[in-house]
Amino acid sequence: MRTMGGFSQMKLAVNFLTIGLVILSLPCGSYTEIPPKPPGSLTVLPPVKPAGGPQAFPDAENSNLPAFTMDYARIQVPFEVTLWVLLASFAKIGFHVYHKITFWVPESCLLISIGLIVGAIMHSVHEEPPAVLSYNVFFLFMLPPHRTGVWILYAPRDRSSRTWEPVLWFAVVGTLWNSIGIGMSLYAVCQIEAFEVQDINLQENMLFAAIISAVDPVAVLSVFEDVSVNEQLYIVVFGECLFNDAVTVVLYNMFIFVADMPVVEPVDVFLGVARFFVVGLGGMGFGVIFGFVASFTTRFTSNVREIEPLFIFMYSYLAYLVAELFSISSIMAIVTCALTMKYYVEENVSQRSCTTIRHVVKMLGTISETLIFFFLGVVTITTEHEWNWGYIMFTLLLALVWRGLGVLVLTQIINPFRTIPFNFKDQFILGYGGLRGAISFALVFTLPDSIGRKKLFVTTTICMIMFTVFIQGISIRPLIEFINVRRTNRNLETINVEIHSRLIEHTIAGVEDLCGQWSHYYWKDKFLKFNNRILRKIPIRDNRAESSIVALYKKLELQNAMGILDTVSGDINAGSSIVPLHEEKKSSGKPKRKFVAADLMNMHDILSKNMYKIRQRTTAYTTKHSLPNDSRTKEILIRRHTSIRRSLGPGSFNGPNEAKSQKYFSLPPGKSLDSKFPPQRLRHTGNDDDETMSEMDYPSARSRFNQPSRSSSRAMLPLRRLNTLTEVPSSSVVDLVDERSGGRGAWGRGMSRLNSSSSDSRIPAPRRHHDPSNGPDNGSSGDHGSGDNGPEGEQQPLSPTPAWAAEPGDRDDSGTQKPLLRPQWKTRKP
Amino acid sequence: MGSTNSTLSKIPNVEELMEETGFTPAHIVRLYDRFEALDKEKTGHLRPQDFGAINRLAMNPIGDRIIGAFFSPGQETVDFHSFVRILAHFRPADKKHPKDPSMPEPVNSRTSKLKFAFQLYDQDKDGKISRAELLQVLRSMLEMQVTEEQLESIADRTIQEADLDNDDAISFEEFRKVPLGRARRLTYQHGPLQHSAPRILSQPHRK
Repeated sequence: MRTMGGFSQMKLAVNFLTIGLVILSLPCGSYTEIPPKPPGSLTVLPPVKPAGGPQAFPDAENSNLPAFTMDYARIQVPFEVTLWVLLASFAKIGFHVYHKITFWVPESCLLISIGLIVGAIMHSVHEEPPAVLSYNVFFLFMLPPHRTGVWILYAPRDRSSRTWEPVLWFAVVGTLWNSIGIGMSLYAVCQIEAFEVQDINLQENMLFAAIISAVDPVAVLSVFEDVSVNEQLYIVVFGECLFNDAVTVVLYNMFIFVADMPVVEPVDVFLGVARFFVVGLGGMGFGVIFGFVASFTTRFTSNVREIEPLFIFMYSYLAYLVAELFSISSIMAIVTCALTMKYYVEENVSQRSCTTIRHVVKMLGTISETLIFFFLGVVTITTEHEWNWGYIMFTLLLALVWRGLGVLVLTQIINPFRTIPFNFKDQFILGYGGLRGAISFALVFTLPDSIGRKKLFVTTTICMIMFTVFIQGISIRPLIEFINVRRTNRNLETINVEIHSRLIEHTIAGVEDLCGQWSHYYWKDKFLKFNNRILRKIPIRDNRAESSIVALYKKLELQNAMGILDTVSGDINAGSSIVPLHEEKKSSGKPKRKFVAADLMNMHDILSKNMYKIRQRTTAYTTKHSLPNDSRTKEILIRRHTSIRRSLGPGSFNGPNEAKSQKYFSLPPGKSLDSKFPPQRLRHTGNDDDETMSEMDYPSARSRFNQPSRSSSRAMLPLRRLNTLTEVPSSSVVDLVDERSGGRGAWGRGMSRLNSSSSDSRIPAPRRHHDPSNGPDNGSSGDHGSGDNGPEGEQQPLSPTPAWAAEPGDRDDSGTQKPLLRPQWKTRKP
Repeated sequence: MGSTNSTLSKIPNVEELMEETGFTPAHIVRLYDRFEALDKEKTGHLRPQDFGAINRLAMNPIGDRIIGAFFSPGQETVDFHSFVRILAHFRPADKKHPKDPSMPEPVNSRTSKLKFAFQLYDQDKDGKISRAELLQVLRSMLEMQVTEEQLESIADRTIQEADLDNDDAISFEEFRKVPLGRARRLTYQHGPLQHSAPRILSQPHRK
């Protein structure tokens, strides 16, 4: 026992020493294996080791039970990791307190700066440089979340083969071009005697070139995102960023191997090329396999929802590790794994799990990105450098030149095949956006010591990164603004232009969807067919008829109902929807408004912020700092829930107008609606609108107020249902109803038309929706719900809740609450 | 392609259709495949609910209008020929062929594209976008936190901007004059929709 204790104490001391060296070092540094260990061994999560400490401690002291003990060694590693991550996160908070900083200076620059400061402090107290970037730590722990994070953070959703062709082209060919070009010309530079670098041979130059040709334009991406450059450019840079490192890592491994060889034979070159393909395709293969297995697993998780995200993460990581095991492209593996899973898993896992996965990936991605740049700053100060003006300057110059040339040549080659060629501005931005980052940094630090001029390489790479990140990174935004690269949609022209162009975009998107995803590729078509017929059936739980939209929709309806239950008692939302009415009354009288410049700005603001983006583009550009928000989709879905009903029910459909009116037939078409939505009616009659007009306008006007997710009318949906069921004894509502419905002919007709359309949904007989007189014929039928089966069934039980009785009170209050609820628009007016 | 011919032979009057719309046989075959895929009940006609079954279209805030554009008033179904004819609007305008004044306006000309867009607003087909029609579109395109008040202001302003003859509505001529130049180019030739169906349709067989 004594000896045992002594032994463990010694072990502890060693432990303490090693770890002590890393006090205040970096979290990942603490993850590193302890130096004497052979590299390559997988010592993950050292906490296991110090765990032996606490038992040993009292024993070693040989004293009585201590009243107070402190065992720092035991908690040190996780403790420090936590502190470092926290520090980095605080830095991130700091940047975003004052938004203008991150607007002009990319976040990566700020992080590096902070890293530099921390590094300077560490240097001044002679702290050891942290062993952060051992190959293993970086590639096993930092890179996977970073890369998947990049994918999730910046991924444009619109992935179709057409957009991705140039991506692969640029990423693969471009990187090859860069590394070979830079390598060759650097070798030429090395022959200049004045620089005293003749000892660097061709292989080493090539290796170094491979390292610094890894473009990592994360910083550029966030700038692109902010200024919304055209999507094509965005995707190219994004894809470059993603596939690049795969290519670079392959090249790196290849050249490392080659650099050791005394003579390079032609066979080796051939083998190198073969290896290149094995590595790339093998990575993809593993990714697909693991993704598929993961999808298959989630087929059975319906009862254990809480571990669904875990499966996703573990399988992805497993794909990564296995790919590393066979030293094939692990980044490709994890990315393809994620893609494959996304394709299948989303149908299996619950909505909540999906959100969780997204959040976690985002979090991990952000944190590892932050840490990588942070360490870059620290390491810059704390490593030894070898400064060689000639070599460094030439590297910078050559990298720029070759990148520029590469972009020019590659776009020239690819342009004839593209509908939208890259123009000169695009080329310039593409060339200028070649920032170097994490990958170069990590690779150069993991160079074997056998390379003679390792220090020079390190210094040059850091210079390269600093130069590109700081100079190019900061200047790219003003440059984009200056040369005015084609933007997506930011130019403020007239309101007409803004509205119409968005409508046109929606139309094109709609037609595109209508025609389906078209590909030129025979094999892709074949695969899709095969996938739909056979492949999908394996991992996806059951081929239920209802689409994911229907599922989402059901969930949303349930959510809404719950939300209403929560808010119905005494909330002011119910009242707020009434407010526009009162304002309306006032404004409807005057024929024309005068618009001041400020109003115009407001309108532009509202339009640009609130117009629905095309399809999923809303989530496509989810910024790093905001998590994906599908509320827009939800809104649209709720608005359009009839189209789902339509697809479920046997009812017929008679055209757009009909669609609009049918859309709401599940809501009681009774008079109670009237009491809810006087504004529209008043406005139309006040404007002397003709019959067509109110016909046209009515249903969608109502739709607007039906939207449960619109905050101002949150409680609308069930309230109305209640009214139909006439479970509210409140006289005020009923009175209102009677008065309204009796008073206006146009309104009454609108109502009856609504009824008719709903009943009509079961009647296949052709009818003309443009003809309002047709309405009252079948208007008596109130059996609106017969056509639906799915969502209606869910709604029904929710409706007759006594809680709705609170509603009349809210309505009465609305008058007094009005001043509080004035729309923002009004208040902004001078 | 052998399959092309066999598919084409299934479609009646296919030459006429190609002549009219300018689609190549490959396009037609593609469109026919799609049409059949949508036509779940194999009736040879599409009904609105067939369109509605497309998930992404259901997400489109103006999806109903787009669907509606395929159905002429009073018709409940659309056959393949009309389907193709409507889609022909979205072929890129031929710039290479100078306009032949004797020929009727091609369906994919700039004007008829605009006309198509215009009709998405003008649901009552009176040749004018009235304030109410505009409001309706705005409502469906804007998020729900925008108040009615704001919408109306926007609609008023929009009409004021474009309205040249002071009739409180936008006619097609006025609609045309809206300087959509850049935006129109953006939507039809590049930008986010560059790989849209119409483009893809035109892509592989460019001569």
